[in-house]
Amino acid sequence: MGALKERLQAGIIKDNPTFVQVLGMCPTLAVTTSVINAMGMGLSTTAVLICSNLVISLIRNFIPSKIRIPAYIVVIASFVTVVEFLLKAYAPSLYSSLGLFIPLIVVNCIILGRAEAYASKNKPLAAVFDGLGMGLGFTCSLTVIGCIRELLGVGSLCGITVMPSFYPPATVMILAPGAFFTLGILMAILNTIKAKRR
Amino acid sequence: MEKMLMVSSSPHVKAEHTTRKIMLDVVIALMPALIAGIYFFGVYVLFLTVVSVGCCVGFEWIWEKVFKRTITIGDLSAVVTGVLLAYNVPARAPVYIIVIGAFVSIILAKQVFGGIGQNFINPALAARAFLLAGYSTDMRSFPVPEQGRLLSSVDAVTGATPLELMKNGALDQLPSLTDAFLGNIGGCIGEVSALALLIGGIYLIIRKVITWHIPVCYIGSIFVLTTLLNGFDFYQSFYSLFLGGVMLGGFFMATDYTTTPMTIKGQIIFALGAGMITTLIRLFGGYPEGVSYSILIMNLVVPLIDKYVKVRRFGEVV
Repeated sequence: MGALKERLQAGIIKDNPTFVQVLGMCPTLAVTTSVINAMGMGLSTTAVLICSNLVISLIRNFIPSKIRIPAYIVVIASFVTVVEFLLKAYAPSLYSSLGLFIPLIVVNCIILGRAEAYASKNKPLAAVFDGLGMGLGFTCSLTVIGCIRELLGVGSLCGITVMPSFYPPATVMILAPGAFFTLGILMAILNTIKAKRR
Repeated sequence: MEKMLMVSSSPHVKAEHTTRKIMLDVVIALMPALIAGIYFFGVYVLFLTVVSVGCCVGFEWIWEKVFKRTITIGDLSAVVTGVLLAYNVPARAPVYIIVIGAFVSIILAKQVFGGIGQNFINPALAARAFLLAGYSTDMRSFPVPEQGRLLSSVDAVTGATPLELMKNGALDQLPSLTDAFLGNIGGCIGEVSALALLIGGIYLIIRKVITWHIPVCYIGSIFVLTTLLNGFDFYQSFYSLFLGGVMLGGFFMATDYTTTPMTIKGQIIFALGAGMITTLIRLFGGYPEGVSYSILIMNLVVPLIDKYVKVRRFGEVV
């Protein structure tokens, strides 16, 4: 359990993939227009990350180091395909709103990064915990960004209007610039807190 | 008695210029355009401008108080930003737009990067671009000028600006050259009156706050390029100089010290580039007006220009 706690802490806070490692920027900026999209993206990535970490950790001693990257990609791509079909079958609306970004999980650098940096060097159970921690960290950051953007840009959360009717939605927040503003400001706030603690 | 010798480090010859004095000159130079705005659109314009200045100064004060920095509201740069921001919105813009715009310009474009002298894009223009993307309906309903009616109804008649008419090819509905020059046309508060802005611009040049290079190159390049690309229609090209933000942009926003190159040569490159982008957006782009975007784009190129256009050191061998 200690290992699980340590990995979760690392993934969500200490080495948060979005705000600390600044990995996986493409989905972070592109699909966080609403909370549902952000969470869907985060959880799909988490699922792929856990599975690929497990498999890569299991076969880590059999992959020749020269072709390890293609081998990782094959493993990751298989799981992404599984997730893609699952979403298509059971969550078609989420599937259509995430669109191209589902297959693009294959090239999400968080997944390849964890495979290279952690799964290929650690035992299967630890690798699964790492995948869970990093995946949840990614999901949390995406959800936070999604909340802020949906709240300011549409005036709703998870599709339910929460802002008072006189609130004029700032459309710019659900466009590309809004993603950069939100990410930049959140990062600045987190770095300020971190600098204060030190 | 022996005369005391003063020993001090250079510089020994100082100009009278301080940030505060320069900014005060800019504010004075912007006043004719405000008077023209009030004359054509009513006192609500004055109210918007005052709110805008108040919000900009307020945000700057709050930020500097919260982060325990030196309070710089005394240098009047926030006042200039506030006035320019108000000049960049339509005459019946709702107040919240001004508040959001002030937040974007002072906090996001200026203070986040370190305050006065550190911002890489013009704060007022950044706010304008933000508002155009975020609140395009409010930012594009331009009331028709109601000359002399100081207290006009809040829901004034809106109409297309001359630039929108040009974009849509409705050339026969264009207002006369005199109206365009004086400001009796639809548009943003501070942009309509070319005459008032010219008076202000010339004041700035006389007071040596700005040099003639940027405005002349900017406005000249728009004229030349529009003529070339628009089938040598000299009248139309000349006419289009008095529309939209050309005068406001050329004299007041493309000449911002922080966001333009340091050398005269660099400033000329900057102005020509901005003029070119403005013309291209106007003639071929999706928007009717390109002044704000052109200056913003060239703001981003400034570090590059400054890197390659260096002043030769005195006595340096090339």
